[in-house]
Amino acid sequence: MKLVPIAALLAVALASPAAVAQKKYDPGANDKEIRIGNTNPYSGPASSYGTIGKGIGAYFKMVNEKGGINGRKVVWISYDDSYSPPKTVEMVRKLVEQDQVLLLFQTLGTPGNTAIHKYMNSKKVPQSFVATGATKWNDPRNFPWTMGFQPNYQTEGRIYAQHILQNNPKAKIGILYQNDDYGKDYLKGFKDGLGDKTSMIVKEVSYEVSDPTVDSQIVQLQASGADTFFNITIPKFAAQAIRKAYDTGWKPTHYLNNVSASVGSVLTPAGLEKSVGLISTNYLKDPTDPQWKSDPAMMEWEAFMKKYYPEGSMTDPFNVYAYAVAHTLHQVLKQSGDNLTRANVMKQAASLKGFRPETLLPGIRINTDAGDFAPIESEQLVRFNGVTFQRFGPIIGK
Amino acid sequence: MSRRQLIPVAVLLLAACALPLLVSDYRVFQFNLVLVYAIALLGLNILTGYNGQISLGHGAFYAIGAYCAAILMDKYGVPYWATLPVAGAVCLLVGFLFGLPALRLEGLYLALATFALGVSLPSLLKYHHIEKWTGGVQGIVINKPEPPFGLPINADQWLYYFTLAVAVLMFVLAWNLLRGRIGRALVAIRDQHIAAEAMGINTAMVKSLAFGVSAMYTGVAGALGAIAIQYVAPDSFNIFVSIVFLVGIVIGGLASISGAIYGALFIQFVPNIADEISKAAPWAIFGIFLLGFVYLMPMGVAGAVRMALARLQRKAQNR
Repeated sequence: MKLVPIAALLAVALASPAAVAQKKYDPGANDKEIRIGNTNPYSGPASSYGTIGKGIGAYFKMVNEKGGINGRKVVWISYDDSYSPPKTVEMVRKLVEQDQVLLLFQTLGTPGNTAIHKYMNSKKVPQSFVATGATKWNDPRNFPWTMGFQPNYQTEGRIYAQHILQNNPKAKIGILYQNDDYGKDYLKGFKDGLGDKTSMIVKEVSYEVSDPTVDSQIVQLQASGADTFFNITIPKFAAQAIRKAYDTGWKPTHYLNNVSASVGSVLTPAGLEKSVGLISTNYLKDPTDPQWKSDPAMMEWEAFMKKYYPEGSMTDPFNVYAYAVAHTLHQVLKQSGDNLTRANVMKQAASLKGFRPETLLPGIRINTDAGDFAPIESEQLVRFNGVTFQRFGPIIGK
Repeated sequence: MSRRQLIPVAVLLLAACALPLLVSDYRVFQFNLVLVYAIALLGLNILTGYNGQISLGHGAFYAIGAYCAAILMDKYGVPYWATLPVAGAVCLLVGFLFGLPALRLEGLYLALATFALGVSLPSLLKYHHIEKWTGGVQGIVINKPEPPFGLPINADQWLYYFTLAVAVLMFVLAWNLLRGRIGRALVAIRDQHIAAEAMGINTAMVKSLAFGVSAMYTGVAGALGAIAIQYVAPDSFNIFVSIVFLVGIVIGGLASISGAIYGALFIQFVPNIADEISKAAPWAIFGIFLLGFVYLMPMGVAGAVRMALARLQRKAQNR
């Protein structure tokens, strides 16, 4: 029988790579480097987010100086897409097909990520930890190559609903929301949270991003007799709504979505004295909060900013965010070891157990598994005291 | 077409056909976009270059064409190639209707009226009563067409050849239109409005038609662009698209058919080069390129090429 020696040879041939250290690579990874791709709006209407891409680049510069990840240097390739979906598609194709990156990381914006969603999943290249809070990124069954990062808008909406049910079960709720998928995501979560108590909502009004002001909407809400206000707006409109609500003498319990929970860009223009008592949520340590002055993680972040990203703002929460999310990818790649295939990276990203970048609020942990592609799912309520957002109550969520 | 004109065109076509076999898929995709932009620029050039009507709102027609294709493919299962005539027809009609009242507006006032169209369209697309067709802010994701008849090429290459065929057809049509009676009428209206009328040209009709045809070209380009990108959303069609088109025809060369190709190459590749030079200020670099081109080639790239050829010819004759 001639077959036997051939079979034996085959067995040896198949077994031998296993005997040597298991090094497996997909395009974008080798013994020396790991190539990571990204698009960010460095120009255009959303360019204030661009600091996230720069912050992540600075983080990996630090990692490389300290010896890289499992001995491999990280090559961070980030292109400007000006927040325009066609440009995102073009740049992402360049990253995948020409630059041959192992994976995409933190591509920013809901429209841009929607545009590349199918492409990434048909190419089977990870679209990891996208920088948008839409709920659709957590869909491992249909899109196994895409994963979100921050708590999604629906989760946050549910948290406010629960807080209202616990503290004021007789509340009359007025809602202002932006008429797009972001606003509707929040609204859905909020209504899900109220469950069969949605009759507590006495008035719902919306606005378009293109509207000049939301003054008339606020007047409508006030006239409805609502005593609780859920404010689902982006920074510009949030500031208008806070100011108008105060100026008209309407004094509702005011819930403001996390998207606009920024002292610098929302509450200061609205007027700090007009913002006292606002309730929102957070999951990151706020760089302006004096509480973290001697916190080791935030001191580490400060040292990082000074050394590797000195031109970045020390008060911008986006830079803390960049540090936290880059740290998470760092962990995933460390876990992947020498098996740097795209499938294994996704597998490791989906098996984070109790992982904590220390710049997250105490008690918040990242947990993922094969059926759960939503890394951060808990937040803490915060209340504005006239100077900064103060945390109160327990960590809510998973 | 004389033989001297025919040879470079044939060479160019051959090069365009060979291109997808020589470069990566990503480059094929980029050149696909160049062809798309070339059709759009040709459309704008018919209006602005030949007829002298300045439009700052052609991004709107581009968007309408794109949405026609996306809605037909996504909601009604129409094959991609059949969406092009529809997109063209819709834009022809919209452009013609928009051209009628716009006739009363000259020069800068027309520019402002079209600007209003370009600025307002993205927010109109978000209007919630039409959301079940347009998908609102989320837009529409469409599938990439696969090559038919089991051709041994991939989807990118197929789409490139398809776009190339459409582009050649559109260019031949434009060439026929512009060198004939209508083309001369367009130029006459641009240069001497009153004299043209005195010669019996129905200026109102010709101007409206120019608007319609121009919008049709841009609409077909929009449909092709949507099929290539596989996604449409209001954010894709902000006012910048319109302005970039205008930049494209000025850089390429006003009132020149070949100028559309040069302009398309410019608006596709120069922003990428600028981004590679500086992440901090890509648009400043883009501005420097723009200034450079405008100073060095005041007639656009097509004009500069024409002058260079003429000089070479003179030299050859003097010898």
